Amino acid sequence: MSLTVDAPVAVLAMALITLLTRCAGMVVMAWTPLSPRIERFLEAVSGSVLVALVAPAALSGGPAAQAAVLAAIAIMRFSRIAALAMVSGVLAAVAIRAAAG
Amino acid sequence: MERAADHSGSIFTAAGVARGARRAAPVALFVIPFGVAFGVAAGQAGVPFDIAAAMSASVFAGASQFAVLDMWSAEVPLLPLALLTLAVNARMVLISAAAHLWVKGLPWRVRLSVAALLSDTGYAAVSDGGRRDAGALLGGGLALWTAWVLGTLIGLALGADIGDPRPWGLDVVILALFSATLAGGWRGAASAAPWGVAALTAVLAAQALPGSWHIIIGGVAGGLTGAFFGPAPSAAS
Repeated sequence: MSLTVDAPVAVLAMALITLLTRCAGMVVMAWTPLSPRIERFLEAVSGSVLVALVAPAALSGGPAAQAAVLAAIAIMRFSRIAALAMVSGVLAAVAIRAAAG
Repeated sequence: MERAADHSGSIFTAAGVARGARRAAPVALFVIPFGVAFGVAAGQAGVPFDIAAAMSASVFAGASQFAVLDMWSAEVPLLPLALLTLAVNARMVLISAAAHLWVKGLPWRVRLSVAALLSDTGYAAVSDGGRRDAGALLGGGLALWTAWVLGTLIGLALGADIGDPRPWGLDVVILALFSATLAGGWRGAASAAPWGVAALTAVLAAQALPGSWHIIIGGVAGGLTGAFFGPAPSAAS
């Protein structure tokens, strides 16, 4: 019923499938005429994927995750330095977790 | 290659590769402990050293690699493995589509090199709203790939006796990086509608669906909102 494979074949399958996902969007878009509408889709989708990852995780992640998100956004708005904002977010989460014991 | 440009304006420069690697370096530092955690977890799951190292080097997608450890044994069930890998990594189709704006018109060997090392984390690390240089995507990808493989090797060498392998911080690191990227990429009203729709859709989908489908659904919903209700594309980018 269920086909099993040796570990090296399994790794190869994972690598090929993941490579496929990495190339698929690019290849499909290359063969699709880049209309203004599709360009707006691509502009919006890159941020939207990150939003779709962050929003549910922040909602369900508790005060530490929420502090990380808010601190990273605030520091990015002030400093425009992504690395500084990222570290600030992590430190905010560490502080909240330390305070919570 | 010093510089390759075409009429559509995509560029790939050596300086861009270096800039991307520099921008991704702080993120790469956080990726190393995550790689260590994967190496240790893989060892605990009974994955041999060379197999786990080959997996990190060739798959280079942490979430899916952690996800398949549960089903790992000497004989791995192929269909569940393939479906799980596809489901966890399907969001990369969207990142790959977005990356098209960086690589359009460039030679295919350049495009596929960029694609092979593409990740949402790497894309976020090098997207600063400035000039799109495909070299930066490649440089960022190289930096994160190196950190991921290095971390995995360290974790495998450490073996199974360092206790709970998952550092609690990585989810927070990714959240903080993506939040910073979004704050940097905020374009006011142009972002509000697609991102608002993406957030709402993803939150609702996360309640109803397992795994990471909510990321894809939210991303597509936000993209469609931008496509049909967004302003004209910016000529500068």
